[in-house]
Parts: sequence; structure tokens; C-alpha cells
Amino acid sequence: MNQQRVKRILVACGTAIATSTLVAVLIREEMEKRGIKVETRQCKATEVPSYAQDVDLIVSTTPVPTNLGKPVIQTLAFLTGVGKEDVLNQIEKALKEE
Amino acid sequence: MNISISIPLQEENILLLENPKDAREVVKKLSELLEVKGDVKPSFFEAVWERERNMPTGLELEGDIHAAIPHADIEHVNNPSVALAILGNPVNFKCMVDPEKELKVRLVFLLAMSEPKKQVEMLQQVATILQDSQLVKRLSVSSSAKEVMELIGLMN
Repeated sequence: MNQQRVKRILVACGTAIATSTLVAVLIREEMEKRGIKVETRQCKATEVPSYAQDVDLIVSTTPVPTNLGKPVIQTLAFLTGVGKEDVLNQIEKALKEE
Repeated sequence: MNISISIPLQEENILLLENPKDAREVVKKLSELLEVKGDVKPSFFEAVWERERNMPTGLELEGDIHAAIPHADIEHVNNPSVALAILGNPVNFKCMVDPEKELKVRLVFLLAMSEPKKQVEMLQQVATILQDSQLVKRLSVSSSAKEVMELIGLMN
């Protein structure tokens, strides 16, 4: 199956842009290692509803709405390392399913 | 991502607190440390605490020692810096990704970032420490700021 379109991931965190920047970079790097090209966008948790429609997946370090019609992964794995492999697998799976 | 060698953590920004009362006291003491040095404005503590109450920064780690990374908006910061408190007895912080969950925290990194996009490196270095459960354990039983610096230095 040839996925032509570059996948888009919305990365959200509280208010500071730092956490979502770090997570976005790590996701891009890890997905590239798996041969998946992704684009990331960052926003605050409160802004997620505004940006959700243009992306394939939402990854957040804080609670965000899960009823926006897009898969949501809420995780600290990119900060703490706990469950990181699982989360990467989940992300890969979610991107392949779109 | 290339992790540069040294975390911008100075020995004088490390506090060992035997028996802190609560999370607020820890954050206050760390904030005061940075305020005295001129790294943050007097408004910093209230901003950090307000944020912590609305968007907690507790991080659940591998073992049973957890951490928190309180921080505030950049307008309250003069110079980017980090202050670290190691607690003899844990205090409760709410979990960042699940605010209903209380975590017993013994490592508190107060992050003063003046340009969030650039200070991603600071956060990355803190994350690297937190991902090393052996290091976290050893830090939690450190008996001096000097020892903490040595342990973190060894990580490179």
C-alpha cells in the first residue's frame, strides 16, 4: 500500500511551546527511522479543536478533547521514556490507518 | 537531535530539602533562588504556581520516584536557567497527562525559559535525566549539590 500523502500530526502541550517542540522533533525523527514522513504542527491544548480538522493524528502531553473525529494519543513517553516504544507503535498504526 | 554536553544547571541552583511541606513550598523556594540571582522577575513564582494549578507538570517515571517540571510563560524570565530541588520526603504534584492523578515527587526541576523554542534543549536534557532510572534513584538520595553535579556530569 503506497501512502502518497505526507501525514500531519498535531502536537499539543499546556501553554509553553517548549514541550510540544521537543515532542514534535522526536516524533519526526522516530517516524523517519520507520520510513514514515510526517509533518508536525504545534499548538496549545486549548487550541486543538481549531487545528484538528487539517491533521491525521493528535499527540498531546496534557488532556485534550477526544471527540474531534481524529485519533488522540495522550502521553508523557517523549519526556519520561516510559512506554515510548508502545506509543511509537501506536502512532505508526494510527498514521497507517488514515 | 543532538544533545549538547552540559545541562545549564549550576551547583548553586540545587537545593536539598529534607522535609518540604508541600509542592507550593518547593516551587517557592526554587523561585526565590532564581529571583535573588536576577534570573527571573518577582512575578515568576505566582505565574509558575498558577500554571501548576491549572496545568500540572508532574511526570510519572519508571520506578516509584517521580518528578515535576514547573515553569511559566517567558515574560517572567530574564535569563534562561534551571533550579533543581531534591526532596528527602516526597510531595504531591498532579500528573501532567492525567491531572486527577497525584504523584509522589522527589525531583523538582524549575525551568525558567526565555525563548521556549530555543530552550527545547534544556527540556531535552532534563528528559534525558528522567529517562535514566538508575540516575533518578541516585539523585534522589544525593547528600550534596556537588554530588548531584557529579552524577549529572557522569551521564555524558
